[in-house]
Amino acid sequence: MEQLVFGYFAGVIAVAAVLVVALRNPVYSVLSLLVMFFHVAGLYITLHAEFLAAVQIIVYAGAILVLYLFVLMLLNIKQDDRYHRQWRTAAALCLPLFLELLVLFAGADPEAIDPLAAAPMNSGEDNTRAIGLTLFSTYLFPFEVASLILLVAMIGAIVLAKRGIGGQGA
Amino acid sequence: MTIPLSYYVILSAVVFLTGVLGVLIRRNIIAILLSVELMLNATNINFVAFSRYLEDLGGQVFVFFALTVAAAEVAVGLAIIIALHRSRESINVEDFKLLKW
Repeated sequence: MEQLVFGYFAGVIAVAAVLVVALRNPVYSVLSLLVMFFHVAGLYITLHAEFLAAVQIIVYAGAILVLYLFVLMLLNIKQDDRYHRQWRTAAALCLPLFLELLVLFAGADPEAIDPLAAAPMNSGEDNTRAIGLTLFSTYLFPFEVASLILLVAMIGAIVLAKRGIGGQGA
Repeated sequence: MTIPLSYYVILSAVVFLTGVLGVLIRRNIIAILLSVELMLNATNINFVAFSRYLEDLGGQVFVFFALTVAAAEVAVGLAIIIALHRSRESINVEDFKLLKW
């Protein structure tokens, strides 16, 4: 049963990822990415990361993809020329990665269950509570830095997008 | 818990490879940013899978930080795209050669 669920999520994620790159219309690419994000959230649930699944849907699907769609509608792109001529560079870079993927495939033993996986993970414990405790004790300083990053990104986005309106720099 | 960890790693590798390929061959800047999102999600899958198998919540916390960086990247990236589109009337990466050697 678990294998079946994982197979479904993994298959949809892989196909949707390929479609994001292969589809001609950027709007369809974004929608395909939306499908992928939902299935990644499902995969998180099977991995007992329920809070992350919710955050994945709220932040990625709810905020980031809506921003993409918003900009796509704003720019109103008509032409849809798709691929580069630099496919040689792409092939040179992707071939080693692909070979590594084949090595991964060859090394994957379907019978082998990792010894670490045998133990049940804090069954009954609240995932959200556990994450909150970890985030605000061990990772408190990175958390504050993350808020600073968001502030910088917000100011940067406003400055960059505002600059072109009047013609001269902001 | 019958799924080996290597399956998650393979899934993540497939998605990451697709993202790299997308960054390299697409012309549309928005499609390139979408491919970067693909790569970030591939690493997130890896983080969560390892956090589950090693029973350490640190992996899930790191996904939060990856999410923060992704949000910041999208905000700044899309602002840059809007600015580029205002100045060049195009979002085709081959039209921007100012910094090319």
